[in-house]
Amino acid sequence: MTSFAGRLKCGLMTSVLWGFSHPAAAVVLDLREGVTDMSRRIQELHHLSLWICVVMGVVVFGAMFYSMFAHRRSRHPQPANFHESTLVEVVWTVIPVLILVFMAIPATTALMDIEDNSDADLTVLITASQWKWHYQYLEADIGFYSNLTTPDEQINNLAPKGEHYLLEADNPLVLPTHKKVRFLVTSNDVIHSWWVPDFAVKQDAIPGFINEAWTRVNEPGLYRGQCTELCGKDHAYMPVVVHVIPEAEFNQWIDDQRLARELASGEAVADRAKTWSIAELMTIGEQVFLGHCATCHEPTGLGQGSTYPALAGGVIPTGPLTAHIDRVMNGKADTEMQAWAPQLSDRELAAVITYERNAWGNATADVIQPRAIYAAR
Amino acid sequence: MSEAPRYHVPHSSPWPIIGSCALFVTAFGAATFIHQSTEKVAAEGSFGEPIFFAGLALIAFMMFGWFGVVIRESVQGMNSGLLDRSYRMGMAWFIISEVMFFGVFFGALFYARILSVPWLAGAGNNLETHVLLWPDFADTWPLFRTPGGTTTEAMQAWGLPFVNTIILVTSSVTVTFAHWALRKNQRVPLLFWLALTVALGATFLTLQVVEYIHAFNELGLSLGAGIYGSTFFMLTGFHGAHVTMGTIMLGVMLMRCFSGHFTSEHHFAFEAVSWYWHFVDVIWLFLFTFVYWF
Amino acid sequence: MVAHAEDVVPPRPALLAFAARWLLTTNHKEIGTLYLWLSFTLFFIAGAMAMVIRLELFQPGIQFAQPLFYNQMLTMHGLLMVFGVVMPGFVGLANWQIPLMIGAPDMALPRLNNFSFWILPFAFTLLISSLFMEGGAPNFGWTFYAPLSTTYGPPSTDFFILGVHMMGISSVLGAINIIVTIFNLRAPGMTLMQMPLFVWTWLITAFLLIMVMPVLAGVVTMMLTDRHFGTSFFSAAGGGDPVMFQHIFWFFGHPEVYILILPGFGIASQIIPTFARKKLFGYNSMVYATVAIAVLSFVVWGHHMFTTGMPLFGELFFMYATMLIAVPTGVKVFNWVATMWRGSMTFETPMLFAIGFVILFTIGGFSGLMLALVPADFQYHDTFFVVAHFHYVLYPGAIFGTMAAVYYWLPKWTGHMYDERLGKLHFWVAVVAVNLTFFPMHFSGLAGMPRRVVDYSLQFADFNMVSSIGAGLLGLTQVLFLYIVIKTIRGGPKASARVWDGAEGLEWTVPSPAPLHTFETPPQFPPVMDRDVDEGTPIRNE
Ligand code: HEA
Ligand code: HEA
Ligand code: HEC
Ligand code: CUA
Ligand SMILES: [Cu+2]
Repeated sequence: MTSFAGRLKCGLMTSVLWGFSHPAAAVVLDLREGVTDMSRRIQELHHLSLWICVVMGVVVFGAMFYSMFAHRRSRHPQPANFHESTLVEVVWTVIPVLILVFMAIPATTALMDIEDNSDADLTVLITASQWKWHYQYLEADIGFYSNLTTPDEQINNLAPKGEHYLLEADNPLVLPTHKKVRFLVTSNDVIHSWWVPDFAVKQDAIPGFINEAWTRVNEPGLYRGQCTELCGKDHAYMPVVVHVIPEAEFNQWIDDQRLARELASGEAVADRAKTWSIAELMTIGEQVFLGHCATCHEPTGLGQGSTYPALAGGVIPTGPLTAHIDRVMNGKADTEMQAWAPQLSDRELAAVITYERNAWGNATADVIQPRAIYAAR
Repeated sequence: MSEAPRYHVPHSSPWPIIGSCALFVTAFGAATFIHQSTEKVAAEGSFGEPIFFAGLALIAFMMFGWFGVVIRESVQGMNSGLLDRSYRMGMAWFIISEVMFFGVFFGALFYARILSVPWLAGAGNNLETHVLLWPDFADTWPLFRTPGGTTTEAMQAWGLPFVNTIILVTSSVTVTFAHWALRKNQRVPLLFWLALTVALGATFLTLQVVEYIHAFNELGLSLGAGIYGSTFFMLTGFHGAHVTMGTIMLGVMLMRCFSGHFTSEHHFAFEAVSWYWHFVDVIWLFLFTFVYWF
Repeated sequence: MVAHAEDVVPPRPALLAFAARWLLTTNHKEIGTLYLWLSFTLFFIAGAMAMVIRLELFQPGIQFAQPLFYNQMLTMHGLLMVFGVVMPGFVGLANWQIPLMIGAPDMALPRLNNFSFWILPFAFTLLISSLFMEGGAPNFGWTFYAPLSTTYGPPSTDFFILGVHMMGISSVLGAINIIVTIFNLRAPGMTLMQMPLFVWTWLITAFLLIMVMPVLAGVVTMMLTDRHFGTSFFSAAGGGDPVMFQHIFWFFGHPEVYILILPGFGIASQIIPTFARKKLFGYNSMVYATVAIAVLSFVVWGHHMFTTGMPLFGELFFMYATMLIAVPTGVKVFNWVATMWRGSMTFETPMLFAIGFVILFTIGGFSGLMLALVPADFQYHDTFFVVAHFHYVLYPGAIFGTMAAVYYWLPKWTGHMYDERLGKLHFWVAVVAVNLTFFPMHFSGLAGMPRRVVDYSLQFADFNMVSSIGAGLLGLTQVLFLYIVIKTIRGGPKASARVWDGAEGLEWTVPSPAPLHTFETPPQFPPVMDRDVDEGTPIRNE
C-alpha cells in the first residue's frame, strides 16, 4: 500500500503524462452507430426520441423564457386572472399521448426483432465469473477463458496507458461474419452483464438461469465492450473483446483450436512424465499467481484485510498439502475463492501451489508435481 | 394546557427517545448476535445475544411507559373526539402497511410458483436453462426436489393447519362477541369472551409449534429446504409472530378490562387490538389457501 | 429553533436543558428543524463521498480509491443521498409547513413524530459505522442486488439490513402521522380540494411511503434469511431466482423515486404562483396528475430490468406503462408554464430555484423517457447515461426543490430575510456547476462508459474531467448555502408576516418567526390576505 502522498504524487505525474500523450480525439456526442443492423436501428430510435425531446424542450422552455421576459413585473405589472381551462388541459394531455404512440411503434417492432432468437447458425455459451468470461462454442465443443491483459503498472499509473487500456483481453471471442450468432448467457457467481456496444447486445448473466441474445455482424473487426453490472471489486476490469473474421477464416480458426487442444493434452502428458525442479515451478508459479491470484491476495501474498485472506503465513498454504490442493482446485463454495481446476492446467496449478508454499517466507519446501494435480482431478 | 379546547398537544415526552435507543440497541444486538451464531463471521468476544435481549426488554419497557401515559390521559378525559379519530386512522394506516409487508412474502411465493420454478424447468423463454443447467429438474409444487437436489415433503393442509384455521376464525368471532358485550356494558360476558379469545390465540400458537416440530423432524421441511420451505416458514413464521403480538395485546386488554378502563363509548385501544386480530385472521385465511391448500 | 443560537457557552444545566428540549420535543416546528439539520449534515457526508468518487474518476487509472473502497463510497453515497438527505429533508419541510398550511395546532400524533425523527440518527449511525467495520461497508451499490449482497456481501451487510429496517419504521410512522394530520386537522372549512398543493403532494407521497417501505423491509428480511438461515429466495439452486430480488426491490424502488420528487412538485406549485402573482393554473388537473403519477408508479418497476431476460410481453408492458407517466408529468410542467404566463413575475432566489427545478427536472424527465424505450435501453442501461438521468431528476429536482423551499420559508422560520445577493449567487453558481457535472455524463454514457466503475478506458477521459471539475464547484456551493442559512438564522432584515407580496395561504397569517405554538384555536379559512395588515415591509424587487 502506498501512502496517500505517494498516490497523490503519481496521480499528478500521470496527469501530466496524460496531458502530453493524449491525442486530440474528435469529441463524439452521439450514441454509437455500431456495426449491426440492430445497432443502427437503435441509433435511429435514439435520434428519434432525442429530437422529439429537443423539440418539446424548445417549445416548453421557449414559452417559459418568453413569459419570463415579457411577463416580468417591470414590463407587465398587472397579472392576468385566468387560472383554468379544461380545453387546454385536454389538449396537452392528448398531444403527448399521440407523440408517445408515435415513438412506441418503432420501439416495439425493434424489440420484437431483438427477442427473436430463432434460426441461429452458431451458439455460444457465455459464462461469467468474477471477473472473467468463459466462452463455449456449443456446436464445435471448444471453450476458453477470456481475461483482462492490461498490466497492473498501467492501472496504478506506473507506466503510460496503452491505446486499449482496460479493453484488451487475452482470448477474444471469435465470431464469423454474416452469421446469426446466438448467445446463451449465464454466470457462476454473481450477476454480470455482457455488453458489446457496437452490436447493441447487452444481456445480464444470472447465476442459475440462461438468457438469450443474438447478433449478426457483417464487418470484420475487433469490437470492445465491458461488463455492465456491478459484480464486485474488479467490475471495472472485465472487458469483452470480440474478434469478427470472415467465415472461411473462422472455420480455420476452429480447426486450429481443436488442434491446439490436442497439442495441449499432449503437452500435459509430457508435463506429467517430467519431474520438475522447484526453481522451474517457482518461476511459472509466480507468473500464474500475478496473473490470476494477485488481484485478491495481493502480489505480496498479504491479502486484503479479512476480505481476502493472507497467504503468506496462512493456515492453508502452510498446512497440510491435500487441503491446500483442494482449496485451490475446488475453491470454496459461496465465496469469491473460485475453483481453479477448470481454468488452469496441471502444470500451472502445480506451479502456483508450489509457489504459495515457498514464497513470502512460507518455507514448507514442498514441491508439487503436475502429476500430483492430475491424480487429484 | 391540559384542557386543549380542540386538540390535545402533549408536552415533551421521554418515551420516543427511549424507544429509538431501544431500537438501536436491538438492531445492533441482533446483527452481532447473528454474526456470533452463524459461521459467516466469528464475532467472538462480542455480546450480541445479551445486547439483543436487553434491547427487546427496553422496547417492552418503552411500550409500557408510553402506553401508560396514553392510557392515563385517556382516563383523565384529555382525549377529544378528534384525537380519537386520529388514533383510529393511524391504526388503520398501520394495518395497511402490514398488509404490504405480508404482500411481499406472498409476492415471493407467487413468483416462485408461477415463474421461477417453471422457468427452471424450461417454461417460457427458458428452455436452455433447463437443458443446460438443470436437466433433471421437474416443475412441481410443493417443490419436493430443488434444482440443487435438496428434498422435502409437503405439509398437509387438512390436519393441524385446518384445525388452526378453525381456531383462528373462532377467535375472530369471540373477540367480536367481547366487543358487543363491551358496547352493552356487560362486564362478565366481556371478560369471558375476551379470555376465550386469548386462550384460542395461545392454542393456535402451541399447535403451530407442534406443526413446526413435525415439519422439521418428519418431513425434512426447514428454512433450508428450498423455496418451498423458505416461503412456508417465512409466511407462517411472520404470521406466527403477529399472532404472538396479538395475543399479548389481547392479554393486556383483558387486564385493562379487569381494571375497568373502558367505557361503552371510549375503548379505542380495545378496538385497535380487535382490528389487528381480524387482520391477522384474514392473513391466515390467505395463508391456508395458498400455502397449505393449493 | 433559533433563539438559542446567540447564547454564549451555556453552563451545564443549560446544556442539559438544551439536550432535553431537542431530545424530548413534541413540537412540529422543532422536529422539522431537527429533520432539516439531519438532512443537511448527511448531505455533506454523502456529498463528500461523491467528491471521493469524482476525484477518483478525474482521470483513468487508480489514484485515490482502491476498487473495493470505491464501491463502498458509491453505495453509501447513493443510500445516504436517497434515504438520508432527500427523504428527511422533505419530511422536515412537511413537519414545519403542513400544520402551518392547513391551520393545525401541531401534527396529529406529536410523540410519534418525535419517535419517527429520533430513529433516524440511530439508523444512520448504524449504517455509517459499517465503514469502520472489518471487511468495510456495503459495497454492492444502493440497489444491493442479490447474490452480490447476500452470498458475497461483507459482514457489515447485516448492520445495513437492520439499519434499513429502522429507516423503514421511521418512514412508515412519519407517513402515518402526515396522512392523519392532513385528513383530520385541517382548519374548519378547508376541503381537500382547497388544500395547498404542497400538502396534496405530501399526502400522496405519504401514501406511497406506507405502501412501499414495508416492501423494502420485506426484501431486506429475505436477504437476511438468505444470508444466514438457509432460505433460497434469491438462489436458483433452491428454486428461487436472483431476479426476484430485483422485482421486489424495484416494486419499492420506482415509487420511491416519486417519493423523492412529488414534494418537489408541490414546492414548485407553491412558489411559482407567489412570484408570478397569479393563481396556480389548473389546480384540479395538478391534483389528478399527482394521483395518476402515484398510481402509475406501481406498474412500471420493470423498466429497471429490461436486460435481465424478462419475456417480451413483460418488456412491452413496462415500456408502455413507463412512457405513460410522461403524460401527467407533462401536464404539471405545462401548468407551471401557464401559471407564469401573463403573470407579473419577479425573480427572487426561491423563484430562481423553482424555475431551475422545472427546466432541469424536465431535462431529466426527457432522458427518462428515452430510457423507457426498451431497445434503446439495451444500449443505455447501466451506463453513465442513466447516472446523468437520475442526477438530473434528483439534484436539480429534489435538491433544488428543497433549496427553493428553504429560501421561500426561511424568513418565516427565522424571522429574518436571507441575503438576496448571496442567494442569487448561490443559484447561478449551482446551475452552472450542476450542468457542468452532470451534462457530460450523458455523453460518456452514450459513448459506452459503464456506471459503477472505479476506472475507465481512455476515450471517456475528457468528459470525466469536466464532470469532476463541475463537482468540485458544486461542492463549494454547498458551503455557500450553509453560510447563507447560518447568516440568516443569526440576523438580517426583519421579515414581515407575509414575507412575499404575492404569497397566499395560512402560513403567511402568523408572524415571522412563527411562534412555537400556532393555530391553537382554528384559524379562519379562507384567510384574509390583506396586504396592508402587515406591520413589516414585504420584500419588493424591481
Ligand atoms: C426523482 C427521481 C426520478 C424521477 C422523477 C424519474 C422519472 C422517470 N424515470 Fe427515472 N430513475 C431514477 C430516478 C427518477 N426517475 C433513478 C434514481 C434511476 C436509477 C436507479 C439505479 O439504477 O440506480 C432511474 C432510472 C430509470 C430507468 C432505468 C434505466 C436503466 O437502468 O436502464 C428508466 C427507464 O425507463 C427511467 C425512466 C423514467 C421516466 C420515464 C420518468 C418519468 O417520470 C419522467 C417524466 C417527465 C418528463 C417526460 C418530462 C416532462 C414532460 C413533458 C414536458 C411532457 C411532454 C413530453 C413528451 C411527450 C416527450 N428511470
Ligand atoms: C438525491 C440523490 C443524489 C444526489 C443529490 C447526488 C449528488 C451527487 N452525486 Fe450521486 N448518486 C446518487 C444519488 C445522488 N447523488 C445515486 C442514487 C447514485 C447511484 C449509486 C449506485 O450506483 O449504487 C449516485 C451515483 C453517483 C455517481 C456514479 C458513480 C458510478 O456509477 O461509478 C457519481 C459520479 O460522478 C455521482 C456524483 C455525484 C455528485 C458529484 C453529486 C453532487 O451533487 C454532490 C454535491 C454535494 C457536496 C459536494 C457536499 C457538500 C460539500 C462538502 C462536503 C464540502 C467539501 C467540498 C469539496 C471537497 C469540494 N453520484
Ligand atoms: C476473486 C478473488 C480471489 C482470487 C482471484 C483468488 N482467490 Fe484465493 N481466496 C479468496 C477468498 C475470498 C478466500 C477466502 C475463502 C474463505 O475461506 O472464506 C480465498 C482463500 C484462498 C486460500 C485459502 C487461504 C486460507 O488460509 O484460508 C488459498 C490457498 C487461495 N485462496 C489460493 C488462491 C490461488 C492459488 C489463487 C489463484 C490461482 C487464488 N486464491 C485466487 C479470493 C480469491
Ligand atoms: Cu462482471 Cu461487472
Ligand atoms: Cu423507475
